[in-house]
Amino acid sequence: MAVSLQPIKRGLAAIALLGLALPALAQTTVSDAWVRASVPHQQSTGAFMTLTASSDSKLVGVESPVAKTVQVHEMTMNGDVMGMREVKAVELPAGKAVTLDPNGLHVMLMGLNQQVKEGEQVPLTLVIEDAKGGKERLPVQAPVRPLTEAGGGHDHMHMKH
Amino acid sequence: MNDLYTRRAVVAGMGVLGLGLLAGCSPARGLEFKYGKNMSNEILGRKFNLKDPQGNPRTLSSFYGSMPMIFFGFTQCPAVCPTTLARAAQIRQLLRGRDRDLFQVVFITLDPERDTPEVLDAYVKAFDPSFTALTGTPEEIAEVAKEFKVFYEKVPAGDTYTISHSSTSYVYDTRGTLRLSLGHSLNAKECAEDLVTLMEIC
Repeated sequence: MAVSLQPIKRGLAAIALLGLALPALAQTTVSDAWVRASVPHQQSTGAFMTLTASSDSKLVGVESPVAKTVQVHEMTMNGDVMGMREVKAVELPAGKAVTLDPNGLHVMLMGLNQQVKEGEQVPLTLVIEDAKGGKERLPVQAPVRPLTEAGGGHDHMHMKH
Repeated sequence: MNDLYTRRAVVAGMGVLGLGLLAGCSPARGLEFKYGKNMSNEILGRKFNLKDPQGNPRTLSSFYGSMPMIFFGFTQCPAVCPTTLARAAQIRQLLRGRDRDLFQVVFITLDPERDTPEVLDAYVKAFDPSFTALTGTPEEIAEVAKEFKVFYEKVPAGDTYTISHSSTSYVYDTRGTLRLSLGHSLNAKECAEDLVTLMEIC
């Protein structure tokens, strides 16, 4: 009996190890994160980044201590009219880099608690949901770039981490 | 003696003025823009009466002698407004000498309730110290937007709001006649090229 239990124990140990390894498997990497500087008393600004999930996931929320409300918005162009709408979740297909930039999807930091100044770091927490509904909280430090940053995605192709 | 000098000065002044007028726009030659739209025959944006961040009243005639490029936005705007302002700053850098001095960027807020004069001034000047902003009461802004056929509407976002709005920039000649519209998708170089076309004639 004791002998036959051994493989099970090994199996359990293996499963336990696998369990530990799972969060790493479902990892999302963030690169080129930045926040646009604000001027004094400006009430909101945007955060931008590139996300790559290792397995199909969704960005379901963003939190930051610098703003009262944080939402993901999508910019749309309808003729010459620029529109904004809130997006509840951003699909992150496995292995595909999804860019949040000023010309498309982006994070809105609304109701800023203070001015966001160039050179500072803004802490963001990304809430990522995997295909099974498991949630991961990913802390990101986003450097603040000048207000004048174009940030179309072409001007700043930094090395991916 | 003094009288004579004064008269001479007046005559000389008139001469300069005359040259200035001669050098003004002659629409007969037609304006052919490569990227933007010729607005010479459009009935649009002919008047406005707003205030700059210092509280001075500003109308189209306040900008006579310069070439204002007017566009609408709000400082909470994360995308189009900073991109358009950054493009305007690049355009200004692409223009040379007199052309650069003529070019005057004017940002009209569509969000006068939240864009205080202080925020507006700091915002536009962060892009280029030569830029100016205009504001007014919500009613005045609505009237100006109507005059320009600029669409805008508040869109609720959380416990606050964002604004959807037209993103086109409008350029006037030195005598306050609307000449050119530049779409959001054009880059700084394309805009500067069309501006030089306008500046050559005007």
